[in-house]
Amino acid sequence: RLSALCCQAVTLPALSCVALCGGTHGNELSGIYLVQETLKNKRKGEAMEAVTVVTVISNPRAVQQRVRYTETDLNRCFTYAMLSAPVSERTPYEIIRSQELNSLLGPKGSGQAVDLICDLHNTTANMGLCLITYADSDWICLHICKHLQARTNDPYTSVGKHGFAMEIGPQPHGVIRSNIFTAMQEAVHLMLDWVRLFNSGTQFDEGSVDVYTMVKNIDYPRDPYTHNITAAVHPELQDRDFCLLYPGDPIFLSFSGEILRYKGKEPLYPFFINECAYYEKGVALLLARKSKVKIPAIQCSRA
Amino acid sequence: MQTGLLYNAVQTSGHLGWGTVAMSSPCNAACFPRVRRVAIFGGTHGNEMSGITLVNMWMKNGAEVQRNGVLTKPFITNPGAVEKCTRYIDTDLNRAFTPENLSTPSGDGLPYEVQRAKEINQLFGPKGSPDAYDVIFDLHNTTSNMGSTLILESSTDHFNLQMVHYIKKAAAPESCAVLLNEHPQLRYATTRSVSTHPVGLEVGPQPQGVLRSNIFESMRMIVKHALDFIELFNSGVEFPTCTVEAFRVHESVDYPRDTNGNITAMVHPRLQDCDWEPLNPGDPMFQTFDGWSIPYAGDGPVYPAFINEAAYYEKQQAFVATRRETLAAAAIRKASE
Repeated sequence: RLSALCCQAVTLPALSCVALCGGTHGNELSGIYLVQETLKNKRKGEAMEAVTVVTVISNPRAVQQRVRYTETDLNRCFTYAMLSAPVSERTPYEIIRSQELNSLLGPKGSGQAVDLICDLHNTTANMGLCLITYADSDWICLHICKHLQARTNDPYTSVGKHGFAMEIGPQPHGVIRSNIFTAMQEAVHLMLDWVRLFNSGTQFDEGSVDVYTMVKNIDYPRDPYTHNITAAVHPELQDRDFCLLYPGDPIFLSFSGEILRYKGKEPLYPFFINECAYYEKGVALLLARKSKVKIPAIQCSRA
Repeated sequence: MQTGLLYNAVQTSGHLGWGTVAMSSPCNAACFPRVRRVAIFGGTHGNEMSGITLVNMWMKNGAEVQRNGVLTKPFITNPGAVEKCTRYIDTDLNRAFTPENLSTPSGDGLPYEVQRAKEINQLFGPKGSPDAYDVIFDLHNTTSNMGSTLILESSTDHFNLQMVHYIKKAAAPESCAVLLNEHPQLRYATTRSVSTHPVGLEVGPQPQGVLRSNIFESMRMIVKHALDFIELFNSGVEFPTCTVEAFRVHESVDYPRDTNGNITAMVHPRLQDCDWEPLNPGDPMFQTFDGWSIPYAGDGPVYPAFINEAAYYEKQQAFVATRRETLAAAAIRKASE
């Protein structure tokens, strides 16, 4: 699918259909309301654009109950094994749903295929606006990130798994904050503007993007019998996502007043600091290395 | 302060809600019995982590909350909800202590929290009786930017008024607001109401399911000051008459909603996080999803609290409007035994 017509720009097919997904986690409200409002505005008869935007509420049952998930985390249900698992009465709702979404938004090449999925999330961590891409050779996503960085206040990227997620925090789960909603709305508009420009033949120059790549995670210290946490994220680390953490810096403050320090050898960038949903996953924070990824010039190939 | 104007509760053979209070001459202080039993409740809402963590810690090692001559019992009120890290299983425990619920016969069909309310009433009440615990502190968190807040249910419980006055002074320069809910329609039957002197401790902002170190330590400190007060009171210290600035619940304000009940606007960015700051008529209150501002249209300034509390979307409340008031607290001391 990559074809170079000359040695300059990488040409890629047009992104004719973009899916905007809200409610992958049913208590992350910005994306849910953004999708619902986009749907309402579309019904009022907007003109056809250079890109078709499909809106999806990924986990309607969780949205209805205002919970992250009902049986299992939908955002972990897109492995090959789960997508091809046979369905029975006992199959968790979210696995049935991931298979439905996979049919709805794929497969690539069919008339209904989606070219770009933007999955909208919130976090209780102070991460600002963060784009999470799934491969550091995903030039489309990295160009979108570069486009947003030039027009907003320093969003960051990191490399994760499958898809392209827009994560905005801090916001408590189950709450909608107007400033966070507005920031997500603007970021989505900028992203769609980029897609329209791309589809109409604009060449986007080569450049580089700061990418944070996850290296490891750190769990809370826990009681060996009850498994309850025995310390909280240290006040000097709390809310300092993407601020460099040096060996010896405080990470946790135990309930008995002891300071627990970062014992790694390499300074790393913490993120998802104190994300509510990660307590049960055994994660207090993630640590990333920062690198500059070179991205080539890209242009839409006219098929 | 004329002592004759003080009380709703008088010493009779049948004991009324606020416990036995005796007149004492020659001094004008109101006398209250020694505080014998104090409970500290955590996990009334299973996802409000400061109280859950503190109570679990104190159940394991209660040295920090022990005071001479007082039994202090830390207790998890809603273990089912705590286990699931959810606010409640069937119904909100902190609304469940109604006379109907407390007197309903036990049975299999009862909602989890109603059964729990009956058990808690047996252990720490019965509500309204002289056998009830003297003081209960119920530990809560809020997603609202309320800082440390003490919640009272009566403007005439002078023991409680003196206690919150002491706590505020001890906490300074950290601020500590006092919220008074005596509103005939908006007050509710709290878990702590089984005691003679119920006090709610609400600290925010903190997301549900999250433990923030600063919030945890603030709540820990408030409990410490409260227990210090009780120890001083029990040792015979007289607390002179004083005033307490409080915010009295006036009305509940909901989000604008469509005919399906869905919200059509969010708390305005200029109101978000401005708990306890005056909201004047004409000030921005909500912002619709397409950016229009909806102003506050009340007839005078109010002081909003619980602005954008996650748990209150389903209770149809965007914030509670309060009015500032100065409460008078009579001098108090321990009754001689």
